[in-house]
Amino acid sequence: MLEVRIRKKLDSFTLDVQFAADGGVLALLGASGCGKSMTLKCIAGVERPDSGRIVLNGRVLFDSDEGICLTPQQRRVGMLFQDYALFPHMTALENVKAALGHLPRRRREAEAMAQLERFQLAELFARTPDRLSGGQRQRLALARMLAAQPEVLLLDEPFSALDSHLRDQMEREMIRHLQGYAGDVVLVSHDRDEVCRMCRQVCVLTRGRSEPRRTVQELMASPDTVSAARLSGCKNVSSAVRISEHTVSCPDWGFTLETAAPVPDALTAVGIRAHHIAPGAAERNSAVCRVAQVRRSAFSVLVTLLPERGEGEALTMELSPEEWAAQGEAETLAVHIPPDCVLPLTGGGL
Amino acid sequence: MDWYPLLNSLRVAAIASVAVFFTGIAAAHYIARLPRAVKGVLDVALTLPLVLPPTVVGFLLLRLLGPRHPLGSWVWDTFGVRLTMQWWSAVFAVAVVVFPLMYRTARGAFESFDERLAQAARTLGRSNTYVFWRIRMPCCRQGLIAGAVLSFARAIGEYGATSMVAGYTPGKTATVATEVYQLWRIGDNETAIRWVAVNIAISAVVLLAVNLLEKRERNR
Repeated sequence: MLEVRIRKKLDSFTLDVQFAADGGVLALLGASGCGKSMTLKCIAGVERPDSGRIVLNGRVLFDSDEGICLTPQQRRVGMLFQDYALFPHMTALENVKAALGHLPRRRREAEAMAQLERFQLAELFARTPDRLSGGQRQRLALARMLAAQPEVLLLDEPFSALDSHLRDQMEREMIRHLQGYAGDVVLVSHDRDEVCRMCRQVCVLTRGRSEPRRTVQELMASPDTVSAARLSGCKNVSSAVRISEHTVSCPDWGFTLETAAPVPDALTAVGIRAHHIAPGAAERNSAVCRVAQVRRSAFSVLVTLLPERGEGEALTMELSPEEWAAQGEAETLAVHIPPDCVLPLTGGGL
Repeated sequence: MDWYPLLNSLRVAAIASVAVFFTGIAAAHYIARLPRAVKGVLDVALTLPLVLPPTVVGFLLLRLLGPRHPLGSWVWDTFGVRLTMQWWSAVFAVAVVVFPLMYRTARGAFESFDERLAQAARTLGRSNTYVFWRIRMPCCRQGLIAGAVLSFARAIGEYGATSMVAGYTPGKTATVATEVYQLWRIGDNETAIRWVAVNIAISAVVLLAVNLLEKRERNR
């Protein structure tokens, strides 16, 4: 169990994060530069928060009121750095041995070798990191971190340094290794798909502020803030005004939309996922749009729509190639949005 | 030809370089952690000898070490030793002039060090001593060695401050640089040219070593 509550003044905003991880992998999801890495560094003890409290399995790592601040060495927190921070002047074996300071000197070599074997790196024991592939480097960093027997793992964008074809393989490996790990894991990411595949719980971070923890399914099904919607991959977000319990007006699109979910008083925007916009007119939430641009990606077509009564704000619609072909290259298109697909959003950041 | 000036130059340069190697690294390491304002002031103070004329450095050193000045007179009264006009007096002069070279190269090496490596080692449970000796120093090794060699090269060639603090006594405080000046003054061009050749040879070898080190650094 890891409980974190920290505040720290940074150059352009104040980090104000609060979350708890209890079992499984918790994701910290946020855009780059939102304070995710700094949060991990504060937990690991290499940065010091201005105030707050960090408790790991009942052990107080940091408490500004009680004046407790354990050193990184005392914390037993494992950190996987974004580009792995392998020691460039040491071989793979020496890198792992560097994590075995808690063992008697004569046992380190054998234990390090055994750890390399567990990660399929035994044959590469004499290589320095610059002579390892990207995947091998990540495996070595993981092996080294776990060799120190940490009580919690902090993973800082673990796949961002990898090519996309390697990413899938390393992700599978990582999931396998994490399943055999008893402690909590915190994964920092800006990639919602990665978070969906690897985590069950997620905590959204916007400019240093954390939102309450929820399950990944909840976030994807009903993001309730502008930044959560954006991070969950919602391509269409526009400012909106509440009209009634189930109606909102979106002046930029020129829409008045019915919503299935109740509209909160604090509504600032609505979100519509690109694949929830359907071609064809309907009784409710229907509009005529001009087709401004068509982009074909591998397995879908992204259509940029300009609502005829809007203020020039575009919408992105995602269709399968077959669905788009059925529209016959139309220049204007009637579309509709089912009321249960309109996401009422609060908070700033438009 | 009397080889004493060469021997003296080499030993003065070697002692001064070793002293400056450790003090320069220590200064670079500790000053890097100080608050920005203090850092700026100390940085200027420690780099000043690099740009000051060596005669100014020599003058200031005499004001400190001279027999009628604070440190010099105290050492004379206590130990009966004169700090100036000895062969080893040149070590003070050379060390002060050369210190900024070592300090700045070491600082550059430490600044280009990836701090995350130190952070990683600490989260792996390693002490700060381990981090310094087994991570930081090896990663900065090339830069530090290059700084030491460069300091040595400059130390061999120091003239201005040395001639003021140690003077020129043949067979006692003469160095290659002061010897050349003396030979030129008395018009013995033949011997002077030989010393000039010796000096150029040593400096060229040392600079070659610096270049090789830097190339190895880039190839890593």
